Amino acid sequence: MPATDSQTSTDRIEKRVTLHVPRSRVWRALTTAGEFGAWFGVKLEGAFAEGAAVRGRLTFKGYEHVMLEVLVDRIQPERLFSYRWHPYAIDPRMDYSAEPTTLVEFHLDEAAGGTQLTIIESGFDRLPASRRAEAFRMNEAGWNGQAKKLEQYVIAG
Amino acid sequence: MFAALGDGTRLRLVTRLSDGGPLSIARLSDGTGVTRQAITKHLKALADAGVVRGKRRGRERIWELQTRRLEMASRYLNEVSGQWDAAIGRLRAFLED
Repeated sequence: MPATDSQTSTDRIEKRVTLHVPRSRVWRALTTAGEFGAWFGVKLEGAFAEGAAVRGRLTFKGYEHVMLEVLVDRIQPERLFSYRWHPYAIDPRMDYSAEPTTLVEFHLDEAAGGTQLTIIESGFDRLPASRRAEAFRMNEAGWNGQAKKLEQYVIAG
Repeated sequence: MFAALGDGTRLRLVTRLSDGGPLSIARLSDGTGVTRQAITKHLKALADAGVVRGKRRGRERIWELQTRRLEMASRYLNEVSGQWDAAIGRLRAFLED
């Protein structure tokens, strides 16, 4: 599998990857709520539209109680899809609604033999320090392990 | 916290403290060409952000890094970054298989 270019600063995470399918195919996988949910691991209710809030439960085993909410920001066909969310908001006892959100952007470009996808998540500087400590605890609980299992399942299936 | 590090002088202070801390303001301003008053101001900003902590030792105040909090912050970003890697892996499998 080709490596994913990765760039991380204090405020943002940037990933760049080439997918060997046409741009229109990547676009559909990103902006159709059903397809997004299939690879991301969330059962979303509703459709993505600028300004829309789309919610759904995670489908990761052990995390089905977690409700994810995506606030759609911009939809520029086959170029840019962006939304805001609360990163790592996986503790159902916490009310994250008053906290700052991060912005997730998916940029699509032509690439030789496929589509270049750049994912940028920014706004981490504004998150309270307590959130980072909590995320660390949640990691210990094995979220990453679950994600890896799912990846294997999807690849095998 | 991260925003507090987005300044050259502050980053140098953090580097010095991580190499040879804890240090006094006098030692921290040595050879930097920055006044002690300015160093004090930067240290206060870093303390407000939870990056450093000042302790009184005799008549002077010495400064040290809050290593645990810094480590937490960088681990958090690594964690989120790792999740994106996993999500990209799933997206690739979804699209290309």
